[in-house]
Amino acid sequence: MTATDIDHLIGLNGGDSSMATGNVRRIPVSSQALSGQKQVPMSADKIIEATHVSKWYGSFRALTDVNLTVRKGERIVICGPSGSGKSTLIRCFNRLEANQEGEIRVNGMLLHNKMRNVTEVRKNVGMVFQHFNLFPHMTVLMNCMAGPMWIKGVPEAQAKQTALKYLERVRIPEQANKYPVQLSGGQQQRVAIARSLCMEPAVMLFDEPTSALDPEMVSEVLETMTSLARDGMTMVCVTHEMGFARAVADRIIFMDKGRIVEEANPNDFFTNPHHERTRLFLSQILSH
Amino acid sequence: MLYQDTVDSEVLVHRPWFVASIFAAVLAVSLMFNLSGTAFGDLMRPVIGDPLQSGIYGRVAIAFVIAVMFCVNIVLIGFAPLRVQIGIVWAELLLLFLGFFNAFNLNMPFIWEHLPYLITQGVVTTIYVSAVSLIFASIIAMIAAIAKLSSNGFAYALASFYTSFFRGLPLLIQIYLIYLGLPQLGIVINAVPSGILALSLCVGAYMTEIFRAGIQSIDRGQWEASRSIGFGFGLTIRKIILPQALPVIIPPMGNTFIAMLKDSSLVSVLGVWELTFLARTIGQPTFHHMEMLITAAMIYWILSACLEVLQSRLEHHFARSKVR
Ligand SMILES: Nc1ncnc2c1ncn2[C@@H]1O[C@H](COP(=O)(O)OP(=O)(O)OP(=O)(O)O)[C@@H](O)[C@H]1O
Ligand SMILES: [Mg+2]
Repeated sequence: MTATDIDHLIGLNGGDSSMATGNVRRIPVSSQALSGQKQVPMSADKIIEATHVSKWYGSFRALTDVNLTVRKGERIVICGPSGSGKSTLIRCFNRLEANQEGEIRVNGMLLHNKMRNVTEVRKNVGMVFQHFNLFPHMTVLMNCMAGPMWIKGVPEAQAKQTALKYLERVRIPEQANKYPVQLSGGQQQRVAIARSLCMEPAVMLFDEPTSALDPEMVSEVLETMTSLARDGMTMVCVTHEMGFARAVADRIIFMDKGRIVEEANPNDFFTNPHHERTRLFLSQILSH
Repeated sequence: MLYQDTVDSEVLVHRPWFVASIFAAVLAVSLMFNLSGTAFGDLMRPVIGDPLQSGIYGRVAIAFVIAVMFCVNIVLIGFAPLRVQIGIVWAELLLLFLGFFNAFNLNMPFIWEHLPYLITQGVVTTIYVSAVSLIFASIIAMIAAIAKLSSNGFAYALASFYTSFFRGLPLLIQIYLIYLGLPQLGIVINAVPSGILALSLCVGAYMTEIFRAGIQSIDRGQWEASRSIGFGFGLTIRKIILPQALPVIIPPMGNTFIAMLKDSSLVSVLGVWELTFLARTIGQPTFHHMEMLITAAMIYWILSACLEVLQSRLEHHFARSKVR
């Protein structure tokens, strides 16, 4: 944490009061820097807490000293240029990737390489992928029922009820008995969201959920995500949909070369980015 | 089915140049053999007189008639719908085969007399040995495939040594090694169990590779989705990966099982009373080799055909999520 970073954080908190009222909760970035202060809630409130996370692929350093805290009900958008480590970071949160340095706590539980622990964490973390990754040999309904039935031991009738509830939630209950290939991309992604919701996770991770979709299907998925956010779901989204970020995010995190370069509320992020790299990125992404 | 183009093209067998070249080819082939002495030559007697005396004229006439019949046949078949075409061609080929076997002057009563015993003893043993081996081979293959894909050096080494060894040795030698070699270690097993053991190990080695390839053909994303929901390794393999790998696995597995059904004849060297063993022991003393060998061949064929039907059923069943 450099001095400028802290300045920036304080500036953020000070100038932000008008925005803060509109959001569920507004928390200073990098609990790390402010951990000594009184307003930090109990750790039970922290859904994800990553401290000094570093990761290497072979000799290539994909993440460098990443610190990030996600609190209950927060919506975080991560953006950054291709190859900046966004996917790597959120995949560390449910240990699809292993970080070599630093600690990640999810729901207060320290992630380490023990199977029990990892499975326990994964039950609490929903993940939505760029390419949906629905199970093609199962119906939409079964895709949603499988998780609760097979690992939570929920009886079939109840699992079906839950599945239908969440399919309703993403507004495709009528597709329940189809197979994934029979759905459009947007519908498949909404099923993928419903499948994760069926596990009733504490946090949802989205890794570029709309970037494999045709433009007209992007909005239906974004609407689903927005309504989830409105209902207070804790979310971490990697996305380049800046409209969504502006409307929904409590905080936007900008990454470059495996580091968090900038962390700000949407208003500051778009109107007054502190770092040259962020400005360049924004000018590129907003120019078209 | 191959990709079906929506552009209609003229039926190949209705194109003059194609029919003409088929005609020429059949004529040439028929001319090469002297068919005057065959049953077909006999049929032509009203036209060419005594076939054996007809000389070059008879030979050309016979070849000409054959070529005309052949061409009329394929042109007519060209008009039929797909299923009828398949049926007719199968029936014609079967008839030709029967005609071929008929030329051996087989002693049919001898066959009918021994057929029941061939079936009750031979076929039952063959099916028993094959089916049991099939089950063991599948189990072995599944375990070995996972071992080969694992990051555990010990498991990988065991599995790759196993596949290398049992794919590398002739099955016949494996059978002898197990039957004659194991007693050296103080383990005496009977002929049937050692046959089953040899077959299971050998076929399991081939199937290991089939399973491995099938599992590897599934996109990483499926693993990631499954694991991120919280499914463990076993659940992911059983419920997510294998069901998707089956369409890829089933055709080569059908191949392997059909090959195994016939390779089970090798256990006859141990004196197991299966189909090939019986066919030989019944045929030899009475000098009815051909009768028994052809009967056994037909029975093997029928059994394989059953496996083929089973395979296509299974393929159909597991392909249903692919239909759009
Ligand atoms: N399995 C891997 N092995 C080696 N290098 C990898 C691997 N996965 C990712 N990387 C590297 O790590 C860096 C970060 O990758 P990551 O996928 O997290 O980027 P990203 O920010 O998600 O990019 P994009 O926007 O293109 O998805 C990249 O430079 C990439 O080349
Ligand atoms: Mg990515």
